[in-house]
Amino acid sequence: MEPDAKQGWDGVQAVAGNGLLHRRAFLKSGAAVAGAMMGYSFVRPATAEPLAEEPWSLGVGGLSRPYQQPSRFEEKVGRTLSNPNGEPRTSHARTPHHLVNGTITPNGLHFSIVHSGVPDIDPDRHRLVIHGLVKRPLVFTLDSLSRYPMVSRFSFVECGGNSAPMFSREPIQASVQALHGLASCAEWTGVRLSTLLDETGIDPKAKWIVAEGADSLALSRSVPVKKALDDAMIALYQNGERLMPGNGYPMRLLLPGYEGNMNVKFLRRLKLVEAPAMSYYESRTYSQLLPNGKAFRFYFLQEVKSFITQPSPGLAMRGPGFYEISGIAYSGNGRISKVMVSADGGKSWGEAALQAPVLSKAFTRFRMPWRWDGGPAILQSRAWDESGNVQPTRAQFVAERGETKNIPPVLGFPNQHYNSLTSWAIDARGEVKHVYA
Amino acid sequence: MSTRRVSISVAALALTLGTGAAFAESPDLGRPIDPADIAPWDISIMPDGTGLPPGGGTPAQGERIFAQKCAMCHGEGGKGGVAAAVVGGGPLDRIEAVKSIANFWGYPTTVFDFIRRAMPWQQPRSLTNDEVYALTAYIFAQNKLIGQDDSMNSDTLPKVRMPNRDGFIIRFPDRI
Repeated sequence: MEPDAKQGWDGVQAVAGNGLLHRRAFLKSGAAVAGAMMGYSFVRPATAEPLAEEPWSLGVGGLSRPYQQPSRFEEKVGRTLSNPNGEPRTSHARTPHHLVNGTITPNGLHFSIVHSGVPDIDPDRHRLVIHGLVKRPLVFTLDSLSRYPMVSRFSFVECGGNSAPMFSREPIQASVQALHGLASCAEWTGVRLSTLLDETGIDPKAKWIVAEGADSLALSRSVPVKKALDDAMIALYQNGERLMPGNGYPMRLLLPGYEGNMNVKFLRRLKLVEAPAMSYYESRTYSQLLPNGKAFRFYFLQEVKSFITQPSPGLAMRGPGFYEISGIAYSGNGRISKVMVSADGGKSWGEAALQAPVLSKAFTRFRMPWRWDGGPAILQSRAWDESGNVQPTRAQFVAERGETKNIPPVLGFPNQHYNSLTSWAIDARGEVKHVYA
Repeated sequence: MSTRRVSISVAALALTLGTGAAFAESPDLGRPIDPADIAPWDISIMPDGTGLPPGGGTPAQGERIFAQKCAMCHGEGGKGGVAAAVVGGGPLDRIEAVKSIANFWGYPTTVFDFIRRAMPWQQPRSLTNDEVYALTAYIFAQNKLIGQDDSMNSDTLPKVRMPNRDGFIIRFPDRI
């Protein structure tokens, strides 16, 4: 295709150093995009080989299945498991961000953390009780909840310990899946918690709700009534189907933008109380030590964050030329308002295109056209949210939150609530490494 | 509970709340339950001791139970094994310091609550309340938070002073 020279030139305007192109290169016509790609090709690609019929085009295909699975050629697209043999400890399954695209995590790839295995819950026998400081305690079944007015919303869920290896004083060489795989995004459908609390009535003394699961640990977290009445949901569906067992089947508490562990899975009990219970997970595990020996309590919020998923470690660069830099951004404070991308380690920045729709407390896909000249590059992204919060630089973050004295294992959790920048260095061979810049 | 009793209690509630109209529009598909029937699930222990059951136990009693039911994971004397140590703990001198009962946990009730709801790993909620009190007493005594002869019960347990009780900063007070 012959690009329109003028339009093509418009589309490939450089916006920052080391080959970052204007984001509108993608919003122009196909000709402009082709121009962007061809205009910056150093070497004309070799002529393609002659086309031929393949066996799958010359015979009848396979059977359709009641519940279809991805192609057998996609077997490498899976979650990484921290405890595949079910030893008596927590099991983490991490989302392969570098092998998917868009903003919705397929249910089979949604991250999952279970502290004592995945319970096998009979939905007909599961019960949810709401009691404590209410006018009248009530018990709900999955069947009764399924008759309530429902709402759907897109929401990310992120473990408070996601990105924990980034607290290391030296950059740990690992994939975006290993570093940031404990965050995912889905469309959740269910009943507003406020609808149920309207029916139980709330004693004005109630300020907290102790939420508890039906798993063997009866995992328990205290949630402010304020959040429960704001946007909390009893989620029954995940991307259109019933919740995955590892994500809380048959029902979970969804607290958009709040620490994953508070989104109690297998939800069976909500007790309204005056003060927090100081449960194990809130008073120990999800309290964060600071450099001065004090610790944060009730962090709740997953703050504004972004990282580049393509390119990223493990994805081979195929020689100089055009690439799309792409990643995800999200904030527990609302919508993403802006993502800036750098290809020179933060010396210069260009504004990325945000893929519509940009939704509150959900993944936002950002994209940035890039012409890699084959030389060294350091890719970074930095996100802003509509409340004016911005991802801190690493220097700012470390000044407040510190970094480890020793280098932790990649699967360790030296600390929590890391939301600073991630930097990928690309060398002349096209290898992508994790660096601090 | 009969249908008639349900409808009477709903009507009475609607009257007391003055929200009869709202109830009329509400699905109202939850079933009322007597608080006594919630008791088997109502296991949360609050920091002020609310929820602590009758009973009690001593460190010596707890030592025997610990050796039988806990040491295979938490190590002999609670010093750590495949599961975390429940005795000891270093200074909080780095952001990755191991958070232990003695150096970090803010409230004694959390120890009782978590043992009772989650332990032993293979058989949660199989311990008697006396056993949970005894194990809590043993762990506190091993950590020198109470004396070797101090008994733990609903009166004494909430009064145990945890060394790091004041070591916390509420991150976002406006969200509470």
